Amino acid sequence: MGWAFYNVPCSDTNTSLHPFSLAKGLVTSGRNTCTPYHSSTVKIPFVAILRTNLHQEMNYFPDEVIEHIFDSIASHRDRNSISLVSKSWHKIERCCRRRVFIGNCYAISPERLIGRFPCLKSLTLKGKPHFADFNLVPHEWGGFVHPWIDALARARVGLEELRLKRMVVSDESLELLSRSFANFKSLVLVSCEGFTTDGLASIAANCRHLRELDLQENEIDDHRGQWLNCFPDSCTTLTSLNFACLKGETNLSALERLVARSPSLKSLKVNRAVPLDALTRLMSCAPQLVDLGVGSYENEPDTESFAKLLAAIKKCTSLRSLSGFSEVAPLCLTAFYPICQNLTYLNLSYAAEIHGNHLVKFIQFCKRLQRLWILDSIGDKGLEVVASACKELQELRVFPSDLHDEEDNNAAVTEVGLVAISAGCRKLHSILYFCKQMTNAALITVAKNCPNFIRFRLCILEPNKPDHVTSQSLDEGFGAVVQACKGLRRLSVSGLLTDKVFLYIGMYAEQLEMLSIAFAGDTDKGMLYVLNGCKKLRKLEIRDSPFGNAALLADVDKYETMRSLWMSSCDVTLGGCKRLARDAPWLNVEIINENEDNGMERNEEDEREKVDRLYLYRTVVGTRNDAPSCVTIL
Amino acid sequence: MAYEEIINGLNLKDTELRLGLPGTEEEEQQQLQEVSCVRSNKRQFHETTDEHNLKEESSPPAKTQIVGWPPVRSNRKNNNKNVSYMKVSMDGAPYLRKIDLKMYKNYSELLKALENMFKFTIGEYSEREGYKGSGFVPTYEDKDGDWMLVGDVPWDMFSSSCQKLRIMKRSEAPPAS
Repeated sequence: MGWAFYNVPCSDTNTSLHPFSLAKGLVTSGRNTCTPYHSSTVKIPFVAILRTNLHQEMNYFPDEVIEHIFDSIASHRDRNSISLVSKSWHKIERCCRRRVFIGNCYAISPERLIGRFPCLKSLTLKGKPHFADFNLVPHEWGGFVHPWIDALARARVGLEELRLKRMVVSDESLELLSRSFANFKSLVLVSCEGFTTDGLASIAANCRHLRELDLQENEIDDHRGQWLNCFPDSCTTLTSLNFACLKGETNLSALERLVARSPSLKSLKVNRAVPLDALTRLMSCAPQLVDLGVGSYENEPDTESFAKLLAAIKKCTSLRSLSGFSEVAPLCLTAFYPICQNLTYLNLSYAAEIHGNHLVKFIQFCKRLQRLWILDSIGDKGLEVVASACKELQELRVFPSDLHDEEDNNAAVTEVGLVAISAGCRKLHSILYFCKQMTNAALITVAKNCPNFIRFRLCILEPNKPDHVTSQSLDEGFGAVVQACKGLRRLSVSGLLTDKVFLYIGMYAEQLEMLSIAFAGDTDKGMLYVLNGCKKLRKLEIRDSPFGNAALLADVDKYETMRSLWMSSCDVTLGGCKRLARDAPWLNVEIINENEDNGMERNEEDEREKVDRLYLYRTVVGTRNDAPSCVTIL
Repeated sequence: MAYEEIINGLNLKDTELRLGLPGTEEEEQQQLQEVSCVRSNKRQFHETTDEHNLKEESSPPAKTQIVGWPPVRSNRKNNNKNVSYMKVSMDGAPYLRKIDLKMYKNYSELLKALENMFKFTIGEYSEREGYKGSGFVPTYEDKDGDWMLVGDVPWDMFSSSCQKLRIMKRSEAPPAS
C-alpha cells in the first residue's frame, strides 16, 4: 500500500488550537510534540489523489471510515500529528486511539489520560530519570504506578497491555491490576522495583488471558514461593515468559508443566536457578521457541547431559535469539553451535568468567547476527573476528567486565576494536561501547565508515581522558561523528571534552533527541550551544560538568519542547533554579538533596548554594504530591 | 595538565609561577587523591571533596570511587563480580589486604579473621549501638555503593552484596544516629 506525504496545515480557523491550550489537552508523547501552529507532515496510506484540503475532503467520509484510516497509522508521533489537524480529527483520533506512550508519568495525570482516550488498550509509562540506573536518584523519589492502575480500574478502561519502565510497582498494584481488567494480556516491566513474587502470583492466578509476562532487569524480592504454580491449568495462551531477573529458586516442575501446556510460547527466559537438565527438558517440549534465555551453567556438563542438551537444541530450529548465560562453561556453550547460524540476537554480556577465545569461537559462526551484546573480555582481536563474520550487524553493545579491579585489564577493548567493527559492519546503526582509551583519528574513521549511526554511546572509563596518542581533547572525534551521522538521535560523550564538542553538536546534530554528558565542557557556552542548536532535543542529562545558571536560564521556553533536563554536580545554584521555577510555571523543577534533613532547611539556604541534583520536566498537571522529603519542588 | 608537566623528566612545577607557598601543592594533590568522592543519595558516612578542584589540579579520581560511574547498572556490577576475593582496608594501615569471603560461614568467623589479619580487636556488636569497646568499626560497601555497618543484615545477604570492606577508626565514623 503506497504512502502519500501530505502537508497538513493545522486548522487556523480553530482558536482552541492555541499552542498552550492544546498542550493542556495533549498527552506528552515519547517523541516531540509537534508545534501546533506549524504545518505537520502526515503519512496517509493512500495514493496521493487527495492532495489539498485533505482533512476537509475526508470529513465527507463517515467517522468509521476515518477511524479505519487512522487505525493503520501506528506511530505515536504520527497519531499525535493527526490529532492536531482539526477539531474533528482530534475527536475522532482520541476516540479510536488504542495505544498511548507517556514518556514521563508526571507530565500528565491518569484522569486526564482516561478523559481523552477512553478506548485505551495499551499504556506505556516511564517513571524515574535515566540516571536512576546508576544510583543517582533516591529510591523513594517517585514513579509510583498505583494511582494509574487505580484510575484505570475505576474508569473501567479495557486495559490489555501495560509496559512500565523505572517505576515503583507494589504487590498491591499487581493484585489490583490482575483483578481489574478481564482482558489483560501483556505485562512488561523494565527496571522497576518495589514488588515481590507474591505480586507475580496474583498476575499468574487472575489474568485469564495472559499472553506476555516480561520482567527485564527488575529488583524483585524473591519469596521463593510458588508463583509459577499459580498459573491455572487452563492457562495455555502464554507467548512470552521472562523471569531472568529473579534471584531465587524456581519451581522447576511447575515451570515445565506451564511450558508444556503453552503451545504458543515463543519467548522463554529463565533465571539462573534453572539447571541444565531442566533447560534441556524445557527446550524439548518447546521446540517452537524463537527467543531463549538460559540460566547459569558454571560446571561442564557430563557426556550424557551434553548429548541430551545438544539433541534438544538441534530441534529448536526457530531459535533466533539467545541470552542469559550468567555463567557458562565453555563446553556448555558449544552445545549451542547447531543454531548459531540462525541467531539474529545474542547476549553474552553477563558471562563474566568465560574467556574471550570461547566467545569468539562461538560468535564467528553467527553469520546472521544483527544485535550483539558482549563483555569487553572479547578484546580487540575478538572484535576483529566479529567484524569479519557478522556482516549483518546493526547493534553492538560492549560492556566493561572488570569494574572493581583497578589493575589494567589487557584483554579490554580499545579504539582498535571499534574501528575494526566500523570497517566490517557497514549496517551498524547503534553502538554502546565501554573502553579504556580512544583517539580522534579512530572516531573520525568510524564516522566515515558508518554514517548511519542513530545511537552512538561511547564511555571511556576514566573521566576526562584525552586522546591517548595526541593528548588532545576528543572534540574533533565526536565532531566528526555528529557531522557524518546525519540521522543521529542519541549520543553519549566521554573523555576529555571542551566547549568545542558542544559547538559541533549544536551545529550538526540536527536529529539529536537524547544527549548524555559527563565530566565535559568548560563554560556555560557548552550547554548553550546544545540548547540553541539541537532543535529536536528531548532529553538532556548532564553530570559533573561546569554549566551554571547562565546556561540554565538563557532560553526557558526551550524546556517546553523537551521532556526533561537532568543536571547533577554542575554549577547551577538554588537561586538559579528558583528563578527558573518562577519564570516557567509549567515546569516542575525538582531539587534532589543528599539527605532528608536538607530538604526542610532549604528555604533558608543561601541562594548561591550549588544544587546537587536538578531534575526538571514539562508538565500539564503541576507539582506532584508524592515527592519524598529529600526532593524539593520549587 | 598532568601530561604537559613531565617533559624530559624536568619537573616544571619547580619553576612555575603561581600563588601559594612553595611545597604546598604536593600535599594538596595527595589529599585529593586519597579522599574518595563518595556522593551517594543515602550516604551513611559523610565524605566530601571539591570535585572541581579535582578536575583541574590532579588526575581524576579512580573510577571505582565515583558514584554512578562508569554508567553501568548495578545488576551488571554484581554479575561480573564472581570472584569472592574482597579488598579490605584499614584506616592507618599502609597496605590493603584481600580476603575470600567464601571461606567464612558467618560474621564471627569473618571478624576473627580480620582481627588476626590486622592485629586489632573489633569489640562487641549490638544492633542498636554497633560496635562497642574498640577503636575500630568494620564497614563495607554494598552493591548500591553505600557504606554499611558489618553485621546488620543476615550473613547471606551480606556476603552476596559486599563489594569491599573498610575498617574505620571510630573517630572517623560519625556517631550512630
